[in-house]
Amino acid sequence: MIYSLVGHYSLIVGLIIGLSLFYFSYKNFNNSTIVNTKILSFTFLQLFFVAISFICLILSFIFSDFSNETVFNNSHTTKPLFYKISGTWGNHEGSLLLWLLVLTLFIFLFLVRSKNQPVKYKILTLVFQQIIIVGFFLFLIKTSNPFNFIFPTPTEGLGLNPILQDPALAIHPPILYLGYVGSSIIFSSVLAATSLKIISPSWASHIKKWVLISWIFLTLGILLGSIWAYYELGWGGFWFWDPVENVSLMPWFALTTLLHCILVLEKKSILTSWVIILSIATFTLSMCGTFLVRSGILNSVHTFANDPERGLFILIFLFILIFLSILIFFFFHKDDEKKTYSFFWLSKESSILINNWFMMYFLSVVLIGTVYPIFLDVISSQKISVGPPFYHKLIIPFLIPFLLMMAIGPKLKWIKSQLEDKIYLILFLIISILLAFLILKNFNQNILINTILISSALYLFFITLRDFFVKKYKNISQNIAHFGFSLLILSILFNNLFASEIITNLKVGETFENSKIKIVFESVDEKKKQNYNAIIANFSIINSNGEQESLSPELRIYNQPVIATSEADIKTTLMSDKFIVINLVQNQDFFNVRYQVKPFMLWIWLSVMLISSGGIISFLKKRI
Amino acid sequence: MYGRKVKLRFLFIILILTTLILTTFLVLKSLEENVVYFQSPTEIKSLTEIDKSKIRVGGMVKKNSISINSNEVNFIITDFKNEINVTYSGAVPNLFAEGKGVVAEGFLKDRNFFSASKILAKHDENYMPPEVKEALGEK
Repeated sequence: MIYSLVGHYSLIVGLIIGLSLFYFSYKNFNNSTIVNTKILSFTFLQLFFVAISFICLILSFIFSDFSNETVFNNSHTTKPLFYKISGTWGNHEGSLLLWLLVLTLFIFLFLVRSKNQPVKYKILTLVFQQIIIVGFFLFLIKTSNPFNFIFPTPTEGLGLNPILQDPALAIHPPILYLGYVGSSIIFSSVLAATSLKIISPSWASHIKKWVLISWIFLTLGILLGSIWAYYELGWGGFWFWDPVENVSLMPWFALTTLLHCILVLEKKSILTSWVIILSIATFTLSMCGTFLVRSGILNSVHTFANDPERGLFILIFLFILIFLSILIFFFFHKDDEKKTYSFFWLSKESSILINNWFMMYFLSVVLIGTVYPIFLDVISSQKISVGPPFYHKLIIPFLIPFLLMMAIGPKLKWIKSQLEDKIYLILFLIISILLAFLILKNFNQNILINTILISSALYLFFITLRDFFVKKYKNISQNIAHFGFSLLILSILFNNLFASEIITNLKVGETFENSKIKIVFESVDEKKKQNYNAIIANFSIINSNGEQESLSPELRIYNQPVIATSEADIKTTLMSDKFIVINLVQNQDFFNVRYQVKPFMLWIWLSVMLISSGGIISFLKKRI
Repeated sequence: MYGRKVKLRFLFIILILTTLILTTFLVLKSLEENVVYFQSPTEIKSLTEIDKSKIRVGGMVKKNSISINSNEVNFIITDFKNEINVTYSGAVPNLFAEGKGVVAEGFLKDRNFFSASKILAKHDENYMPPEVKEALGEK
């Protein structure tokens, strides 16, 4: 009770501070001392009050205070403590409060870390960030207050959706939000720098670390979500081209492209329009993501509670932000006509530029695939869905030049370049093609496209691998990230090509057998836990060499809400994952069994971690 | 007549335009090929010809209609007006149950038989796919 009151009023105080910051910024636009004293302390106060409010919400969850509507809807006394806490951001209201917390945290850190930047720039960045913050305050307080009361107080809550009760998903939202919301500071900063016309190499090296932070968190956030989907949803895949997944991939494409453009801007003072537009796009796409997920427009696996009023609010807010940024872009940004800068077609700039266009193409494919069904529904009320074949068909062929460009691009020099070490570049290409051909020679499906794809991924793999041992090659972070990307593509390809799956229905004691494998359904055990009862099925898998493996997937029936979930049992080894999941169809003795062998699964996760560690190294290096 | 630079720029613009047109064409074409339409049992009943492309059928799983054997699950999808028999061999999602909403993806054999290749999972017991809600709401 008391927590809800404190939390609610802290939010209102935070909003008032936000509004007063507008006033201070307006009054003291040229006053340099005010930024370091008054404005900084006000920003800190705002962060402090939002943090208080967030802690209050966590405490309400820990003590199961069911007079709070959010807690009532999303918690239960029998839930383990860890999931009571993670339940705080496992729902709409709490996750928006987390958004707000990260927004205020980032502007505070930004002001602390940019002591040497021009005053006007700092104040303007603050103003733009406060526009976003105030918008979110209003949104939170008006349409989705996490501190609403229920009277009379219920004695028990409704519980958290069991599929969200999982360690990976407990930390997935905060990590992903750091990435999403981190892009807000880039957005504000770019608008400020554009209005003041100070987009320059020094600005680029200042904003670069912020781009890196959100890129790292966004990458890791997507990874966590993907790992969760793999073991929890029971489909044995890691990416489904589900709209909600796409919505996180789109800002990632924009942010990755932005990262490359910032590097060029830092070195060569070109691509300023790219940087501005991409910064705006990244944050807008993050907001769109929130809008699409939260408004309930998307028909997807993430079917959380939704409400049209919220959707409308975010949509209007989004339009205001986009309108504002376009206005600033067109009125203030002028390409410097005097400085004509030209570069030869074979140069680092042009290779980065070409890959930027590829990235934009991938982004548009995903955007069209995600938005088109919504669009068609609105104009003709026809219900359609766009499946994985669409994305595969349009993205995979273009990966080939993309990968080759990634291998050769970093070798080129700025402005004009000659390819050095031609011999090994060609040698590696031949080796890659031969190797790809050897791997796929017993494979008869789509052999041509697969061979070319694997060759180009192998090519990037070998070239980046070699660079680790070449002394004159110093850009270690870029090298690790590109190496990780080649490993990712290779793992995904092998994972898709060599996966095998058996789906069958078995009764206890029955055996499934084919020429390669024998699946014996040995027995069923029962287990009682605090918040669920489980049926554990014991399987022995015997392969053609006579090797035996026992796997025990579970079927859980949670008490509140009453939902059955399947817990897959996965045996992970370096080379492949064995994945088994069961389900019981109502009133029948048959268990629905799905057994999969997924090669290189572990490497998909490892390579994404490698990619993000490239970012981490670059981030640490620049701070020294 | 024109300088070399102008010619080059002209060529460049044409190149970009053709690429743009080509990509748009490519995207639209594969969109057309890979789109999956959603239909209710009633809409299927009124079809004049059986389409060979993949579709989605949604509605309720009829009470006492699920039967299962070692390699198939059979059930009936109903929108309380018309119904359709579905055969499916594959993994069944957790919330697949009689009297609950379901979306099946696959191919029509005729107006009464549907062979599903995928049953979509929905992870909230109160949740009803918008299509199903609409299909049922039309009754």
